[in-house]
Amino acid sequence: MLKIEPRKNRSNFLEVSAPVIAVILTMIFGGFLFLSMGKNPFEAIKLIFWDPIMSPTFSEYSRPQLVIKAAPLILIALGLSFGFRANIWNIGAEGQYIMGALFSGSIGLALYPLDAWFIFPLMILGGIIGGIFWAMIPAILKIKFNTNEILVSLMLVYVAEQILALASISFLRNPEGLGFPGSRDLSKYPSASNPELIANSGIHVGVICSFIAVVFLTYFLTYHRLGFQIKLIGQAPKAAKFSGVNVNYIVIFCLGLSGGLAGIAGMFELTGPAGLINIDFNVGYGFTAIIVAFLGRLHPIGILFAGLLMSLTYVGGELAQFMLSIPAAAIQVFQGMLLFFLLSTDLLVSYKISFNLGINNSNPKSKSE
Amino acid sequence: MSDKGTILKIKDISKEYPSVKANDSVSLDLEYGKIQALLGENGAGKSTLVKIIYGLVKPDSGRMYLNDMEYRPKGPQDARSKGVGMVFQHFSLFDALSVFENIVLGLDNILEKKELQKQIIDVSSEYGLSISLDKIVGNLSAGERQRIEIIRCLLLNPKIMIMDEPTSVLTPGEVSDLFLVLKKLSKSGMSILYISHKLEEIRTICTKATIMRRGRVVKNCDPQKISATKIAEEMVGTSFSSPKKSKIKKGKECLQINNLSFQPSDPFGIPIKNLNLKLHHGEIIGIGGVAGNGQEEFLSLLSGELKPSNGSLFFNDEDITKLNVVERRNKGILSAPEERLGHAAVPAMSLTENCLITAEHRMKLSKRGLIDYTISKNLSDRIIKKLDVRTGGSDALARSLSGGNLQKFVIGRELIQNPKIFIVNQPTWGVDAAAASSIRQQILDLAKEGTGIIVISQDLDELLEISDVFCALVGGQLSSPEMTNELNPSRLGMLISNSIE
Repeated sequence: MLKIEPRKNRSNFLEVSAPVIAVILTMIFGGFLFLSMGKNPFEAIKLIFWDPIMSPTFSEYSRPQLVIKAAPLILIALGLSFGFRANIWNIGAEGQYIMGALFSGSIGLALYPLDAWFIFPLMILGGIIGGIFWAMIPAILKIKFNTNEILVSLMLVYVAEQILALASISFLRNPEGLGFPGSRDLSKYPSASNPELIANSGIHVGVICSFIAVVFLTYFLTYHRLGFQIKLIGQAPKAAKFSGVNVNYIVIFCLGLSGGLAGIAGMFELTGPAGLINIDFNVGYGFTAIIVAFLGRLHPIGILFAGLLMSLTYVGGELAQFMLSIPAAAIQVFQGMLLFFLLSTDLLVSYKISFNLGINNSNPKSKSE
Repeated sequence: MSDKGTILKIKDISKEYPSVKANDSVSLDLEYGKIQALLGENGAGKSTLVKIIYGLVKPDSGRMYLNDMEYRPKGPQDARSKGVGMVFQHFSLFDALSVFENIVLGLDNILEKKELQKQIIDVSSEYGLSISLDKIVGNLSAGERQRIEIIRCLLLNPKIMIMDEPTSVLTPGEVSDLFLVLKKLSKSGMSILYISHKLEEIRTICTKATIMRRGRVVKNCDPQKISATKIAEEMVGTSFSSPKKSKIKKGKECLQINNLSFQPSDPFGIPIKNLNLKLHHGEIIGIGGVAGNGQEEFLSLLSGELKPSNGSLFFNDEDITKLNVVERRNKGILSAPEERLGHAAVPAMSLTENCLITAEHRMKLSKRGLIDYTISKNLSDRIIKKLDVRTGGSDALARSLSGGNLQKFVIGRELIQNPKIFIVNQPTWGVDAAAASSIRQQILDLAKEGTGIIVISQDLDELLEISDVFCALVGGQLSSPEMTNELNPSRLGMLISNSIE
């Protein structure tokens, strides 16, 4: 029979190669998926992974898109990864992202058309506060009433979506917008806009911020006491208690960090690429970032690469949709495959599968413990 | 019923685990129609032996004979089909299902529903196991649940039934009901192997007892004919090497425990009841008793991991009841819990990182929240050197160390911090003899420097060797302290088995 046993020593080779193997497996099985839909698998894979960067026709548009899409994914995933390490599962980053955008957007819109240097920083602060505020709800409920943060944070996503819809048709609606839903275009409001810093590069303040966050959080995770305590809780909760870690504090910290970063991501997205608050403002970065966090093995530098890779599948996926008319759902399945293969190859890093033909104690009805 | 004779004969069974020899050529004869006790402290090898009989564990060597035929169960199902049944200490029942459904799920062969119901009713009325089949298991008491397990076992018509500490979850009334059932079963010719460490119970229903200690059978006797004291002596062992007692140079009182009580929220937790104890500088107090009697809770209450529901703690006349783990540690109250991997140390972290768990503040391994790994590594190197930990170095992962070496490291991590009070649970559990004696020496040296020490251990020889004062922790209650050098084996045995109120 098949048996999964822990490895004595984690295989270093596998540890490094597992994500690569996962990507290759995704290409193979994704290829079959596209084949079964009557598309040319090689062309589809090439459109997804190669053309956005290298194709002379598409890269001019795709390359900036790559960093624009990667930045929020990286920011959000960085925050989530800290909680995930400590077994604190914030699934509602999407909601915190929306709230960050709403808070910062409200500030910007309230001050329109004032021209002042402090508006943009104030909006950043608003984004952070909005995200943290939304994340504190599951955090406090967890601490006070031991509720499950997975459910609470997830349900709050839908609440946030409703508030977003309400805002875009009522209190944040553009008074000059002829009654259409949606706010003023903040990207056209200089004091509140988040423009491209280098022409045609896609790089805006948010992109820079996400790179800084990668460096800072790498350092923090390695050298700060809280980083150590987070690892401790995740790996051995009993040892964390023995060490004197204040678990409630860590819950607040992890949810606050992920909420704050998601809020900032929402703010940059709003003031830059999206421009305005509208019903369809959120496109799922908060959920995709969960995949990015695991794809990057919960390590900031891994997340940087994972965010870029995931962004590539988005941009490339759109290209494949456009060029080969592959449905969006198929692209999502493809992204799901990536997570699936990553998690399964990850299992092989820590565990080995052995075929045990010895004693037959596989009796399913056996009452052995 | 059938003529007296041996139904199961066990010959020279041995089973060795990496750190311990669980069974060392154990031989045992189980007779027809008898309730036979298997006695011993935790870790004596009872469970291993029983698992071997039930086919869950393969012995390294030795043979078993069932009705004079060689018996070599391939697994529990095979054991059951050959007539060996077992009732576990913890039940494996589905709360949401009815009694009948639970019984059906536990059977190896599927029978017609009516036929099965008839069988169940026959069995239950024959042995007085009253139970109603339609009830939902979730609403039943522990005694009723146990009856389901017994019925499940009896439906297979076993010749031998093994019962693992069956009374540990029962109320006194349920216990006497169970005994009636067991007596009926044995009258009808079934042999029962009854595992327990409760002496009075065994004296009530068993006519033969096999006493195990440290993986060996030390005595076979009739428990109804010899005294509980004598049995207890056999369980804990009489082979006392009169310990070399250093003169007690008790210093001032350093820890005072007043009426300490703890009510666990977890249903399987052990409550601590009104515990009082005084510890002096330079004194070693040994806390004996079988594990699962509140040892872990006691240590956690002192370390600050658990908050007492009542009572107070004083350290050098200062009330520390409300202090948390880190504050207590900063005062010099250090502890080393029993469970090495996962509690005292993190398996997947390096020894350097493991230093941070308890030594971060006291040894200044961090500055303004930032960890200095160089200092931490130095500390780890020093621990490795001081305790002679055999490892690849401070970068080695905790789980790569053998049990004994990790234990040395975990204890060394506290010793090197110059504790004022040191509390340790099972300091030499699973550690080889040489390492054990080096750990004990370290503890003695620490006491010589004036540290007050509490050693919690199941190893009575160890406690007699190093402790000045002895208490037994049984059922969450602490016996009054007695000078170790005035203890005799029978007194010790009684303290541990708590036959003396």
